[in-house]
Amino acid sequence: MAFKIITSQCTACSACEPECPNNAIREKDGTFIIKPEKCTECLGYFDDPQCVAVCPVDDTCVIDNSYPRYVAA
Amino acid sequence: MDNQASVVGTGSDQSLHLNLDQILQQAAEHKGCGTSSEGGKASCGSSTAPEDMDPAVWEKVKNHPCYSEEAHHHYARMHVAVAPACNIQCNYCNRKYDCANESRPGVVSEKLTPEQASKKVLAVASTIPQMTVLGIAGPGDPLANPAKTFKTFDLIYNAAPDIKLCLSTNGLSLPDHVETIKKYNVDHVTITINMVDPEVGQHIYPWIFWKNKRVTGIEAARILHERQMLGLEMLTAAGILCKVNSVMIPGINDKHLVEVNKAVKSRGAFLHNIMPLISAPEHGTVFGLNGQRGPTAQELKALQDSCEGEMNMMRHCRQCRADAVGLLGEDRSSEFSTEKVMEMDIQYDAEGRKAYQEKVEVERQATVLAKQAEMADLEAEFSGLKVLIAVATKGHGRVNEHFGHAQEFQIYELSTQGSKFVGHRRVDLYCQGGYGEEDTLPTVIRAINDCVAVFVAKIGGCPKDSLKAAGIDPVDKYAHEFIEQSAVKYFKEYLAKVKSGEVVHAARGDADIRQGAYIAA
Repeated sequence: MAFKIITSQCTACSACEPECPNNAIREKDGTFIIKPEKCTECLGYFDDPQCVAVCPVDDTCVIDNSYPRYVAA
Repeated sequence: MDNQASVVGTGSDQSLHLNLDQILQQAAEHKGCGTSSEGGKASCGSSTAPEDMDPAVWEKVKNHPCYSEEAHHHYARMHVAVAPACNIQCNYCNRKYDCANESRPGVVSEKLTPEQASKKVLAVASTIPQMTVLGIAGPGDPLANPAKTFKTFDLIYNAAPDIKLCLSTNGLSLPDHVETIKKYNVDHVTITINMVDPEVGQHIYPWIFWKNKRVTGIEAARILHERQMLGLEMLTAAGILCKVNSVMIPGINDKHLVEVNKAVKSRGAFLHNIMPLISAPEHGTVFGLNGQRGPTAQELKALQDSCEGEMNMMRHCRQCRADAVGLLGEDRSSEFSTEKVMEMDIQYDAEGRKAYQEKVEVERQATVLAKQAEMADLEAEFSGLKVLIAVATKGHGRVNEHFGHAQEFQIYELSTQGSKFVGHRRVDLYCQGGYGEEDTLPTVIRAINDCVAVFVAKIGGCPKDSLKAAGIDPVDKYAHEFIEQSAVKYFKEYLAKVKSGEVVHAARGDADIRQGAYIAA
């Protein structure tokens, strides 16, 4: 499981990008995307997923159920 | 909101102490920021005596359109939208829509890189020689995007050192960046402070992002408040001029803003700008959706007036978007889209700019001298009487706009103390929040309903009749004359008519404040 960004909701404000401890977020075609293979849901870094906590639009950074759950090493 | 008659102006104890030495100071700041002689008032210039103001402060603000009411007729500013990220949520802001007082990156307005922003600034400065100020105001919080913000300042400082740099912040990150702000020679900072009591703040700020957590409720407001006060104190200690913006939200912080005013004054802020809440359902903000109303013109003015004895108040704020370009009250941003700017061949002409600005200074002094001359024989017997007038102007301190072309009217209060700028009323039709289906003229009349007259360069017969029917005198005889000199002339005539019984002086009603972002349609 990883987080993903709902493109239609994203304002491209970039707030999430520097907060991600895994450098999993980048800008692409005027919106921001999360690389699921890099996302750890902030486990091991912070109590709360940083992209969710900083995002100004509710329900924009959400769990990507299509991706297998992240397992801490 | 009907006429609440009774006597206007229950007596002002303010008096003007003028002499020629003060004229230059007035030329830049005469906004009648309260002329009482109570000491300790942080002065932005205004009609106060020069000893009231540190000459260094004066030097910094005299050509700053956002810090000087008088300068805003003559000088322009621009904002570059390099700072899209924010670290707090406000109930009057919705980042999802491009409508309230922020621009939305990537949709209508453009998000700029520091390099693009720098080129845009040089393009604008070369085209508009009176552009003296570059601000970074968002659309998020400049200090939540420190790398982009300071890179932009660095590029501009090196390419065009005569341009003043300023930024506007919510204050949460401010204490971390005061040193850097100083380093880049940024000498003006605006902090938006809507409360000094977390009990109040919890109704304005649903959350802040703080130390890697989303903090909510009263705790969020407490942290924000502490950081704002610390940041303001640090700016004052560092010698950086600080203006405070407050959004007036009726029923939430309206009365409380008097406390805010005292708190920020005591910490060294030199100018306080109380702005009306912009709130309409289509903005999608919490306040817009829950029906929170903004203040009426009379409520806003009453609050500004009540704070004025304490500190200089800013009344000419246009609540610009983070990508505005031009004189306050106009928006030329569409001339400087990234696409257009990147194609421009820019020659930065520092000498030409200087020569132009010297001409502007001559114009400014002429404006004030004309007013002073007119004031000379103003009778004292009606000392309690005050009236408001509306003025259609394109700038330069003159009555030079047609009634039908005006996107806003500037409001002056006239009394035996002279004329005093007290605000502006927007009548442009962009993003109108509730007035869409109605005719323009009734909207304009509602916006200036508290005025006895409207000064215009020209006006058609039809609107003239409607204005007269509404009790507003349409005045075109001062076309292209100085605003304030004409205002004093008009007031003298008005007093003579009251004296002879030709006019019965009665209070006017309230007026509407238009909603929405200021942008050319």
